[in-house]
Amino acid sequence: MHEISLLESVLEILEAQATQQGFERVKQVVLEIGALSCVEADALRFGFDVVMKNSLAEHAELVIINVAGQGVCPNCQQSVLLETLHDPCHHCGSFGVKVVQGQAMRIKELIVT
Amino acid sequence: MCGICGCGSSSKFTPLKPHQNVLQQHSHSHHHDHSHDHDTHGERMIRVEQDILAKNNSYAEQNRKYFQQHGIFALNFVSSPGAGKTTLLVATINALKNTRPIAVIEGDQQTDLDADRIRATGVAALQINTGKACHLDAHDIGHAVQDLKVPDNSLLAIENVGNLVCPSSFDLGEAHKVVVLSVTEGDDKPLKYPDMFHAADLMIINKIDLLPYTNFDVERCIEFAKRINPDIEVLQLSATQEQSLDAWLEWLNQH
Repeated sequence: MHEISLLESVLEILEAQATQQGFERVKQVVLEIGALSCVEADALRFGFDVVMKNSLAEHAELVIINVAGQGVCPNCQQSVLLETLHDPCHHCGSFGVKVVQGQAMRIKELIVT
Repeated sequence: MCGICGCGSSSKFTPLKPHQNVLQQHSHSHHHDHSHDHDTHGERMIRVEQDILAKNNSYAEQNRKYFQQHGIFALNFVSSPGAGKTTLLVATINALKNTRPIAVIEGDQQTDLDADRIRATGVAALQINTGKACHLDAHDIGHAVQDLKVPDNSLLAIENVGNLVCPSSFDLGEAHKVVVLSVTEGDDKPLKYPDMFHAADLMIINKIDLLPYTNFDVERCIEFAKRINPDIEVLQLSATQEQSLDAWLEWLNQH
């Protein structure tokens, strides 16, 4: 459900950018979604057209770039690829890997007219 | 005008937010893999590079600053529905209300039932009905703090909507998220809902008086929570029986 709230935030950012940068229509929205962020890309896709309807981004294309989860092991200090927040270090098996990438949700860029 | 965010609204507790009513419609997103030559259509690319949660996070920082300036210790209580957040708050208020000012913000999709339970203790409470929304956001909290006139040096308990998923993403400006997990829910919840246990600083295992009637393994639950968040603190208590409340009250005194 919170994907809808996040998409409403996306729309607010688009509207603010339209005023600041002087455009009328958004043709494409590119989002970067971290693998460890609390959203499902499919749920964002499902809600996108609904939230953007009757807005400057109606019929815009949504492109989602997946950003891998990465962490640093507190035990062996090595870099670890993470699929979930509770993955152990694949070098030494320790839990509690500190997340350094993959929790963010960002609007990367737009195609506008 | 709102004293925290300056948004010009004296109160914003409308249950529906803009665009939410369109949820009743059904639509599909489309996507395709081919590339476009955007330059030929009067189109241009704009780099935005903004966090989607930036607005909420900015309100949260304003709240945090306000709390610090006014000596308010704010806790964000999160759990699944029925874990015992309100019962824990009532027991906590009854133990502490003569020692420090307390205020409560209650979040639920519908009804004033929880705020009524808090007000019955003599402590001020404000109910936010989120309507269809599944979490409280930092803008809600900024207005609630103004409307409730939270006294300086208070303990401010924010009881979030019962939901182990969505509230984890929304910083409210609190000092700590406290996740309440009751033993009837099962000891595997930290692994099933890792985001919340990653975001929380304290896990309260509630309803421990019911342990003999469940197969909840306390050590297993704690081990799972610490896999996700090695720094999470853990307390065990029963709010209804007021059992082992002392460690919780001591935690509040030390923070």
